[in-house]
Parts: sequence; C-alpha cells; structure tokens
Amino acid sequence: MTFDYSLLIKYAPQLLEGFELTLLSWLGGSVIAVVLGFALGCGLAAGNRALVVPIRGYVEFFRGTPLLVQLFVAYYGGPNIGITLDALTVGVVGLGLYGAAYFAEIFRAGFASIPPGQIDAARSFGIPQWERIRHIIMPQMLVLVVPPAVTLLIILLKDTAVLSIVTVPELTFQVTGMTVETFAFVEPFAILAATYWAMTELVSWFGSRAEVRLGAYLR
Amino acid sequence: MAHVYDLPPTVTVLLIGTATTLAVSIIGNAIGLILAIIICVMRLSLNRAARVAGAVYVSFFRGVPLLVQLLIVYYFLPTIGLDLPPFFAAVIGLGLCTAAYQAENLRGGFLIIPRGQAEAARAFGYTRRQTLQRILVPQALRAAAPALINEMILILKASSLVSVVGVADLTRESQNIVARDLQPIKWYLIAALIYLVINLALARLGVTVEKRLNVGYGAVAV
Repeated sequence: MTFDYSLLIKYAPQLLEGFELTLLSWLGGSVIAVVLGFALGCGLAAGNRALVVPIRGYVEFFRGTPLLVQLFVAYYGGPNIGITLDALTVGVVGLGLYGAAYFAEIFRAGFASIPPGQIDAARSFGIPQWERIRHIIMPQMLVLVVPPAVTLLIILLKDTAVLSIVTVPELTFQVTGMTVETFAFVEPFAILAATYWAMTELVSWFGSRAEVRLGAYLR
Repeated sequence: MAHVYDLPPTVTVLLIGTATTLAVSIIGNAIGLILAIIICVMRLSLNRAARVAGAVYVSFFRGVPLLVQLLIVYYFLPTIGLDLPPFFAAVIGLGLCTAAYQAENLRGGFLIIPRGQAEAARAFGYTRRQTLQRILVPQALRAAAPALINEMILILKASSLVSVVGVADLTRESQNIVARDLQPIKWYLIAALIYLVINLALARLGVTVEKRLNVGYGAVAV
C-alpha cells in the first residue's frame, strides 16, 4: 500500500478549511457549553424547586439522547417552526446546548463540595463577597471542576465530527468528500485520524498541567 | 387481537429500528468487554512492549472520534476482502472504541487494590491463579462496576452514529420515516424520547446491579 502525499497537497486548501471549521465549532460550542452550563449549575446549586425541576429536565433530556438526534431536530425540524439556521450555527449551538447539560452537573458538584460553614466563617470575619469567591470558593472548586471539564472538552472536540452529518463542512466532512471524489481511502483517513489524535492528546496534556498548577496549594 | 402487524407501518418500523439499536449496542458492548480484558491484561503486564502497545491502543481509540473510527472500519473491511453487511462494521467499530474506555475502567479497578493483598495471598500459599480468581478479580470488578456500567449505557447513545454507515437503527429509521412524511420534529423527538426512556431504564438497572454487587461488603450503596 503506497501513501500518496500529492493527494493531500492537492486537497490541502479544503483540508485546512475543514480544520479551521472544526476548531471554530469546538471553541464556539465549548464557550456556549461552559457559560450556559455554569448558569444551569448555579441554578441547580441554588436548590430552588422552581429552578431545579426545569433544569433537571433539560439536563436529563440533553444527556439522555444522542447529539445526532438533537441536531436532526434542530436542523431539519427548525424550519417547520420558523427557525431556519445554517448548518454551522445549528452545529455550534447544538454542541453548546449538549455540552451545557454535562457542564451543569460538573459545576453543581463543584459548588456542593464547599462546606457552607466556610462561607459563614468568612462572612463573620468580614471578608467581602468577591474576596470570598476569589480566595475561598474558586480555588477549591477549580481543583474539582477542571479534571472532568477537560475530559468534557475533549469529548466535545471529538463530537464536532458528528456535525459533518448535518453538512457542516468541517474536517470529517471534507475528508469524506475527498474519499468520494478520489476513491482514495488510506490517505484522507490517516490524516483525519492523526489530526484528531494529536489535538486530543494536546488538550489532555494542557489539562494535566492545569490540574497540577491548580492543585499546588494542596501540597 | 392486537398484533404487531396491525400497528401503523411507521410504528412497526420504529420498533424494528429500536430493536436494531439495542442489538448493535449489546453486541458492540460484548465485543468491547472481551477486547477490554485483553488490553487491560496488556497494560498491567510486566512486559514493556505489551504495556506500550496497550497504552497506544487506549490513546488512539479514545483520541479519535467514534464516527471516524466507524467510517474507517466501514471502508477498511472491504479492502481486506471482507465484504460484510454494515451491521458487522458497526459492531466492530463500537467494540473497538468502547474497549479502550472499558480497559481503563478495569485497570482502575485493579489499581485500587493494595499491593499487600496479593503478597499476603501468596504468603498463605495461594497459587497465582487462585490469587487472581478469589482475591483480585472480585474486588477489581466491584470497584470498576459503576464505571463499566456507565460506559455500557453511553454506547446506546453513541450507537446512533451507526446510522451513518448504513445500519437501519432507530436514528436511520426515523430519517426514513421523515423522508416520506416530512414531519421532522415529530419523528426525531419520538426517536429522542425512545433513546431517553431506554437510557433511564438502563441507568436504573445499573444502580440495582451495583447495589447487588455491594451486598455483604459494607460498601455504601449508590
């Protein structure tokens, strides 16, 4: 089996464009997931029934159904209820809404890990609220939140491949297109798998460095 | 008498799709568990080459999207002369991927057992085999059970991707129905609900199994 590099050079523009879109949808989806997930996690931690019940429903639905089916509902069903969005928007927002359900649980667990007595104590010492958050809540919460958050970011990175099915022209989409046009199988899929593999290893390397730094105060 | 053939054709099709989804998930999980045991043994082995090979396997199959793995298996099988129906590519792809996660879950189970236990067993004259069978494996399985069960449940959702390689699972069948009656919201939401119900039922079953495994060991049931 020979490896035809010229094929990759010929398709370099499409592959690069796909790679950019993969990065863009990952970053966009992750930002939405973290921000919305944080808000939902706060709601769950607040413990108000009127908040907790709908958020639980949201979390259960988005965690209990496949991302692909969620994307189908939004992309093919959206126009029926007057929401016509382009594939990329559906992909990024869909990925964000999906990830938010998982982040909500991560942040909820983070908040739950801080004993309420610490906050009471800090308050009675007269420590202002932003300093309580900055010096007491955040350092303890981040140690707990970062490892699962990194795992989730890696899952979201890999799930961007699913966006190709709703025609987002990201890397997997470009590679399957290339396979159809050239009948070449080895070259496109080798570069595809290698790219994802390198990216996930890189993210997980940064993640373990962050864990070490955030946990430094514990030693 | 109500009979399955009396149901509206769309419902029958969805039920068959659901059965396919369950079959793909169960067989994929079975292949994955068998492979996971082999990879876990490699990763815990004293042989350096086996350890490295196991680690590379886990890193690759956890680092590349499942969809890409399924496409590779789907396109690769015919090139080595195996012209099998898509169902086989799907269960092999799912199995290869989940094996990497399950191997790590199993390994985690073994790593929490204090080294002294194996040494003590040997000192009491247990053979290697007896040590594994009576001391190490039962504890490792009990410790790994929640993670193992969780991953098995995740495969159900992940199996929706096999629709892309031509398996007529729940996702694919709902696509087929939508192509005919053009009601995407209705049918995709029904498909989503079916996935959700099976997922919740499996999660409930998982909790029961974990409780059963912990009976008599003083461990706190989840």
